[in-house]
Amino acid sequence: MSFLEISNLSLSFGGLKAVDDVSFHVDKGEVFTIVGPNGAGKSTIFNMISAFYAPSQGHIRFQGNDITAARPDAIARLGIARTFQNIELFEHSTLLQNLLIGREIHNRLPVWRQLLFDPGVRRAEIDHRRQVEDVIDFLELAHYRDERIANLPYGVRKKIELGRALCVQPDLLLLDEPASGLNPEETEDMGFWIDDIKNDLGITVLMIEHDMSLVNEVSDRVLALNNGRAIAEGDARHVQNHPDVVAAYLGTGA
Amino acid sequence: MRVLFKTDYNQDIRLLKHNGFRFWYGLLLLAVLAAPAMVDTYWINELTRVLIYALAGLGLMVVTGFTGQVSLGHAAFMAIGAYLHSFCLANGVPFLLSLPLAALVSGMVGLLVAIPASRMTGLYLAIASLAFAIVVEDVIIHWESVTGGNRGMAVDPPALFGYEIFQAWEFYYIVLAVLIASILLVLNILRTPTGRAMLAVRDSEISAESLGIRVARTKILAFWISASLTGLAGGLFAHFIQFLAPEVFGIVLSIQLLLMIVVGGLGTVHGAIYGAILIGLLESSISILKDWLPPAIGTQPGLEPGLFGLILVLFIIFEPEGVYGRWLKLRTLLENFPFYRRNTFKRQRSYLRTERMR
Repeated sequence: MSFLEISNLSLSFGGLKAVDDVSFHVDKGEVFTIVGPNGAGKSTIFNMISAFYAPSQGHIRFQGNDITAARPDAIARLGIARTFQNIELFEHSTLLQNLLIGREIHNRLPVWRQLLFDPGVRRAEIDHRRQVEDVIDFLELAHYRDERIANLPYGVRKKIELGRALCVQPDLLLLDEPASGLNPEETEDMGFWIDDIKNDLGITVLMIEHDMSLVNEVSDRVLALNNGRAIAEGDARHVQNHPDVVAAYLGTGA
Repeated sequence: MRVLFKTDYNQDIRLLKHNGFRFWYGLLLLAVLAAPAMVDTYWINELTRVLIYALAGLGLMVVTGFTGQVSLGHAAFMAIGAYLHSFCLANGVPFLLSLPLAALVSGMVGLLVAIPASRMTGLYLAIASLAFAIVVEDVIIHWESVTGGNRGMAVDPPALFGYEIFQAWEFYYIVLAVLIASILLVLNILRTPTGRAMLAVRDSEISAESLGIRVARTKILAFWISASLTGLAGGLFAHFIQFLAPEVFGIVLSIQLLLMIVVGGLGTVHGAIYGAILIGLLESSISILKDWLPPAIGTQPGLEPGLFGLILVLFIIFEPEGVYGRWLKLRTLLENFPFYRRNTFKRQRSYLRTERMR
């Protein structure tokens, strides 16, 4: 049984088939990338895995559980964390507070104990902070620890959102265009981090990305989509040279 | 400029972050403790009113300021607290049992209201909460055997262990103790995962859900805490006005509470307190103003709500972060002078948010 298995997934918005009968699977410990032109249905697949959209057909299975009909918060509790294409941070809070919110699912204490803030709550709180500091060290964010998000540049926010997802301590990480809006140097760094996330933290990564240098560098397998349909799957080189992919990006030349 | 070296996680968790905090809050505590000895009964009463408003505002702050759910019906929770407390006292329940009971029942009602309310947002929620307040007011008017209906209901004076409290300063200390305890509870919840979940729900529900936060549960929890605190304030308010009538807890009081937290500064505990002080001052100054104005204007029935509304609108336009926000800006300016950046407090709209998902 695969780690994440998507079978015959479809979603239509009215007459538009955003995702049309897509099947693929992700194995534990790999970096799996979805590529495709704009509007190909990549983010829609992510939103179905996160349960923000309910698929009209097909199933999503994660570690043996069918999660097709789960609620969004249940998805995170099962061990899937994600980032967003357009950054969804809590802008009026500091970096530290943002990352601490990522620890929410590890909170086991009842509300009345939190209201009274007994020593057990304090110990748990210190433990959350220790975990968050590990992520801050890992992504080299210490410099910005107490800055409000609103004060930080785009590239740093991108990293913070990655950090917040890591604070969930997921088994599977969904990265929606981790390199969009980053300069070449930041993109290269992002590549190193994704490698480290895979190798050192043992987290499986499912990623959407347009930057082919990053895709080539980190992906174990690549899936290409066009108009909601899967057109090629395999290693990065194979997919890039696949005639259907070339046609989808460059056109068929009359 | 103060530079803090962080060597311990407790430094961030602690409520009083450094000696500056300890000094100023210590001074404030001394001032509020010594106040009854310094001023006459009229001002003690005014201060008590401010403290009760602050408590009710704190309650509303939890649900509106921290969780982002606008409620236009919080006067209803005050009414429930006030009537229940008075009814219990009249039937021989001791003060120290009756007051927590008022908070508890009010909290339970808040919980029941929150279950449908947690599915609503924005304007719809505001309208629903307004409807709830009108229903509660109607129930109070018609349930005469318990509430006295339109005739009203006299409130027994508070009594601690058989000792009846008549003096204004004695009551002031009771209210102060309840307020401080409530502030501590709210500050506690804010430094735990539940409090952070509330802020997360306020700022981005999508993001909160993707991090495993149960949005509906968080909202219901916030309503529960909020209604409990507001009910508690209602119980104390009953003693303050000594005679309950349904029209006291009408829409004007709800708007007043909302005005308080907006003007004080949404999303901060300080905001509730500043707002209460401002509303207290405003009420006194309106009554003074009424004597000065020509009778044709001064005796208009809608003068107070009209002025409240005007001030609310002006604050939303010119200083959405309220008095406390203004003070934070001033303090940041002074602390970082000359490196102050205007953008620090600017509302961010520069990046597209994933709103199209919903």
